[in-house]
Amino acid sequence: MSVGPAALPRLLAGLQPNGAAMTLADHERIHGPLPRPSPEELIEVVERSGLRGRGGADFPTARKLQSVAQRRRGAVLIVNGSETEPASAKDRLLLSRLPHLVLDGAVLAASAIGAREVFVKVGQSASGTVRALEGAVGVRADGKLKVQVVTGPEGYVAGEERAVVHYFNGGAPLPTFAPPLPFERGYRGRPTLVQNPETLAQIALVARYGDRWYRELGTDTDPGSALVTISGAVAAPGVYELAFGTPMIDLLAAAGGSTEPLRALLVGGYFGTWVDSESAFRLRLAREDLRSVGCSLGSGVLIALGQSSCGLHESARVIGYLADQSAGQCGPCVFGLRAIADAVGALAAGVGGEREGERVLRWAAEIRGRGACHHPDGAARFVESALSVFAPEIEAHRHSRCTARPAGLPVAARAGARGHRLAAGTRR
Amino acid sequence: MSARLRVNPITCEGHGLCAELLPELIRLDDWGYPIIDQAEVPPELLGLARKAADACPTLALLLDEDRR
Repeated sequence: MSVGPAALPRLLAGLQPNGAAMTLADHERIHGPLPRPSPEELIEVVERSGLRGRGGADFPTARKLQSVAQRRRGAVLIVNGSETEPASAKDRLLLSRLPHLVLDGAVLAASAIGAREVFVKVGQSASGTVRALEGAVGVRADGKLKVQVVTGPEGYVAGEERAVVHYFNGGAPLPTFAPPLPFERGYRGRPTLVQNPETLAQIALVARYGDRWYRELGTDTDPGSALVTISGAVAAPGVYELAFGTPMIDLLAAAGGSTEPLRALLVGGYFGTWVDSESAFRLRLAREDLRSVGCSLGSGVLIALGQSSCGLHESARVIGYLADQSAGQCGPCVFGLRAIADAVGALAAGVGGEREGERVLRWAAEIRGRGACHHPDGAARFVESALSVFAPEIEAHRHSRCTARPAGLPVAARAGARGHRLAAGTRR
Repeated sequence: MSARLRVNPITCEGHGLCAELLPELIRLDDWGYPIIDQAEVPPELLGLARKAADACPTLALLLDEDRR
């Protein structure tokens, strides 16, 4: 086992500031050649490292590998670089600038599950990422492993793993009813491992430097480092690699510090949770801390909202976006999210009734768990936290016009591709 | 023996027959889609649960019966 970087950056070591993709030679100069552990060895070292998936679901990676490895025959690996979360940029950064690190992880994961085919799925507008990936695949010698880069639609739910598999099977990029899950029956009915690029990049490091090295950073329950996309009212928005356990104030400092006093932070992206700034400053980047205020890191998105902006107005825009991004398949999601978005819009416009907030909370509770995918659950979590954190703003909007400066949370950066079966407002 | 109710939300079109036939376990939301408050079906309601699942026009109401 070789000796890994003693401190941060780990994943982002050697990143070229000029935006160029790292060459294979530079990659091997920094990290050494790709080790070839047996499937059992790899799953074991990943298990001991405590690595969890970085696509948002936070599932233990070793267990996910094991669940596909057990099935073995004809398994397939899909690297899910869809990154449809509008405020996230880490996966594109990895795939376009450090493609060999992700591909190393893909080769290791493929061998652990006995896959001979790897698909790297990215959004269709990510042409730079596709070029970097295809360039990287072209210079590698990964034996019999076939690696293909595939582009696909970019709507919010199109990145959901069952939606990705369904799209690969020739269907619309929409989630399917489970079971079966992809690890049971995925691409062409074969056991399919769908993995986030950052998770694979972490596997590439763990396989080289070992679980002890991995655990030198972070906490006992959240070992290692994570990529966090920090945006909003900070001086230098961008993707930063930080150790788990890092205090919130240091996360913001990594992004140049806040540009004004903060009102709240959105943790975990649009399926995430608003936390008022006072509580947020007591948190560290760790699951136990985040869970104490009802949130999780999700896919590693952090948005700082300054006091000059209006959280209620921003939340109304985001929930409107999430309602638009419903796949249009499940009634509770289509009609529930639209009703919630309209009601929150009314609250933001100062025209909501006395009981508007109560209705929103009832609908949010009712739609949870009633979609084929977790879109309604994530949207419900977001809106519940918005109503709780921005309660003073809701009251203020009843009495006077909002004069806050728009914070411009990204909501329509990429067009949705939906196969609408249901459209809100057309029935009943 | 235990039985659990599930809805396939993609195929469900909100006809609402299930809530008519089995109001003890199923109610409708504001748009007519079923909410199952308790998935576990007590033995005395099993017959009605089977009827409700059979009556669903889109076969979206699923009764998973675990025969042991």
